[in-house]
Amino acid sequence: MGDILGLVAKRLGLGLLTLLVVSVLIFFAVELLPGDIAEAVLGQAATEETVAALREQMGLDRPAPVRYLEWLAGAVTGDFGVSLISGDRVTEAISGRFVNTLFLAAYAAVIAVPFAIILGIIVALLRNSIFDRVANVLTLTSISSPEFFLGYILILYLAVKTSMFPAIASLSTDMTFAELLHRTFLPALTLVLVVTAHMMRMTRAAIINLLASPYIEMARLKGTPPWKVIVRHALPNAWAPIINVVALNLAYLITGVVLVEVVFVYPGIGQLLVDAVAKRDFPIVQACCLIFAATFILLNLAADVGSILTNPRLRHPK
Amino acid sequence: MKKSNDQMMLDRLADAARQGRISRRSFMNYSMAAGMTATTATGLWTKSAAAQPKSGGTFRIGAHDGNTSDTHDPGTYVTFSTIILAHTYRSYLTLIEPDQSLGPDVATEWSATPDATEWTFQLNDRATFHNGNKVTADDVIASMNHHRGDDSTSAAKALLADVTDIVKSGESAVTFKLAAGNADLPWLMTDYHLAICPANDDGTIDWQSGLGCGPYKITSGEFGVGFELERHEDWHLEGAYFDAVSITILNDPNARQTALVTGDVDAVTQLELKTLALLQRDPSINILNVPSGSAITMPMHCDTAPFDDVRVRKAMKLAIDRDEIIEKIAFGTATKANDFHHSPAMPYWPDDIPQHDYDPDQARALLAEAGAEGISVNLSVADSVFSGAVDMCVLYSEQAKAAGIDINVVREPNDGYYSDVWLKKPWCVVQWGARPTPDVMYSLAYKDDAAWNEARWQNERFNELLLQAKAELNDDARAGMYREMAMIAHEDGGTVLPMFPNFVYATKGNVAHNEQLAASWQLDGGRGASRWWFA
Repeated sequence: MGDILGLVAKRLGLGLLTLLVVSVLIFFAVELLPGDIAEAVLGQAATEETVAALREQMGLDRPAPVRYLEWLAGAVTGDFGVSLISGDRVTEAISGRFVNTLFLAAYAAVIAVPFAIILGIIVALLRNSIFDRVANVLTLTSISSPEFFLGYILILYLAVKTSMFPAIASLSTDMTFAELLHRTFLPALTLVLVVTAHMMRMTRAAIINLLASPYIEMARLKGTPPWKVIVRHALPNAWAPIINVVALNLAYLITGVVLVEVVFVYPGIGQLLVDAVAKRDFPIVQACCLIFAATFILLNLAADVGSILTNPRLRHPK
Repeated sequence: MKKSNDQMMLDRLADAARQGRISRRSFMNYSMAAGMTATTATGLWTKSAAAQPKSGGTFRIGAHDGNTSDTHDPGTYVTFSTIILAHTYRSYLTLIEPDQSLGPDVATEWSATPDATEWTFQLNDRATFHNGNKVTADDVIASMNHHRGDDSTSAAKALLADVTDIVKSGESAVTFKLAAGNADLPWLMTDYHLAICPANDDGTIDWQSGLGCGPYKITSGEFGVGFELERHEDWHLEGAYFDAVSITILNDPNARQTALVTGDVDAVTQLELKTLALLQRDPSINILNVPSGSAITMPMHCDTAPFDDVRVRKAMKLAIDRDEIIEKIAFGTATKANDFHHSPAMPYWPDDIPQHDYDPDQARALLAEAGAEGISVNLSVADSVFSGAVDMCVLYSEQAKAAGIDINVVREPNDGYYSDVWLKKPWCVVQWGARPTPDVMYSLAYKDDAAWNEARWQNERFNELLLQAKAELNDDARAGMYREMAMIAHEDGGTVLPMFPNFVYATKGNVAHNEQLAASWQLDGGRGASRWWFA
């Protein structure tokens, strides 16, 4: 186990370095955007005087590297600053939204991951049958359609025509958990449709790959039923690539959902980031991007650790 | 047989009128078509349609244009959803009534010295903030000073630039002192930035808490997401029939319309015009199409060739087919403009200015006279200016070809359009929100020394009249001046005005409203929450 802890520590260290680089890139990318926060806030109503007054109030009259270093000094101690526009603490502005995003991602993942893996096993078992073909066509169609389009289709059939689910997923504080699940079902289902194909196809491919191996042949020869061959013999060796794909899709569920948020009016972090970029509200942009970067780093790490744990050979590289 | 048919018809009409589904004019037309005399019909209208507003219910609004970076600071109100919210939880000194006249809000009455340089507003004794405190003269003064002074970042600073001092005259009256006479000051007080907020002891205002003196108080909410409000029982005006109001930000047009169709909200702002015809088929939805004071302008820099020649400018105004643009770009939901920035929804509108119609031959002749035949000009535009902006320019460019004008449509990035393109490129497309009076509009964007003189237009007589009209308290004389100014802008001005877009929004069939709707903002001047009721 020691070697895994070592690996985790090393990767976390590298992750921190990555975050630092990301923060530099984001800061200067926001600086490069035309216009600044003062102009964005005042919009069409901006005059030279008011823009200058606002810039001074927000401290934008100082050079960019100074502002970055100040932000960095705060960030290192866990203080991500305040939103330049509303003056709220960044952590407060983001936390509620981030919880919402995590909830939706978890909701979708709880459905999508078991569904995709079980479906993958079934189609591997029934490969080249009609069922396999139909499942492949349907999942590939759903992954190939833009997610807002899938959202509109679901709204049309499940909200407008049959009114089984609400068309907008706006949240209120006094909802029960069941109401919450009902209200957010359509965005979650959209995400499920988007991520299922990738995981299912990987499960199918990984298992089919292994089915040609001699030890599977052996299992078959000794009379093991086909489902048992796959679940007991093939699957344990197929976990590594599946875990990798699952991790990537989980990261996508957190970072890539802004279109779904817009279509279903769900108050998640993606919409917050888009608004903040439009207004050049740097502290919010920075914090959101770091969260996204950290999500990828941590999930990738988790995937690697998972692959190693499920495959003892990887723990003892030659 | 005939008689009972008529009776049935009339009953149905009366029913429709009661529920506010038809206007008084249609009611009169239909009734008279059904064989009634005008007097009987009028009597019936008064009896049937003067339906008493009923109290109760939660009015759910789906509003467009909301951003998580919006704040309670009235000086930086900029998105439409905050404007709707502002008219729901805060109050102003004056307001625009559904019939477009000026009415009392926190101020009950106002009067000026004969030269219009001093205005005194009497405050309503009954006006209170949501915490129960009375609205005092100090609150009003602090609220106005928030938009004045060197360190103010308010977007309304220019509006109050002429105000030299604001003083208390008694406990419940406030006097504005102006550098120059301004007959429109009471109208300016309806501007959405000039909300009345509670004063702090140091003369600043407490905008952060979201405390207002409007018809509803905020119980919970988050910018960019939505707000829940409940009735402020001690509100100083008539109305506020709903027990509670919720405003949900629905930026996506499809989400907005779906929410209305499925009944998740009772009213939405800003319909997508392209699908208007489809939405009209739903009998449970009332579409409201209100001519407004907002405008699309295309300012040409009058100090830059070729627009420095008035004949070229006139040719541009004649090379545009406004009817086709209104039909194809606005899907009929706009009012034809006439190259002066004064909409029929604003006071003092002159109705006898000859209309500029599509006349490519005359445009060609004018260009020949100016020695500018077959000119090629760039027209800058971005999608974000308004829905269909780029399409409109492409259509205009096609129309202008008949006059031998080559308009090259330059598509600019949405981001930063108003800081990098507007006022900088010699010809671009701009959307202006409604302004309450012609003076405000002209002073803002047509006065010779205005920061936003977007066409860089200098006309001595126009500017002279502008100053005269501003201080003129006699309405007839003012109307005459605005007529002459309209004529000058129409002939000499540097701005092509294709149309005044209407406000197109919708409610569920059970939402009732007065016969007229204020044209200053969507949802009845932004005040649907306090003016409408459930039938």
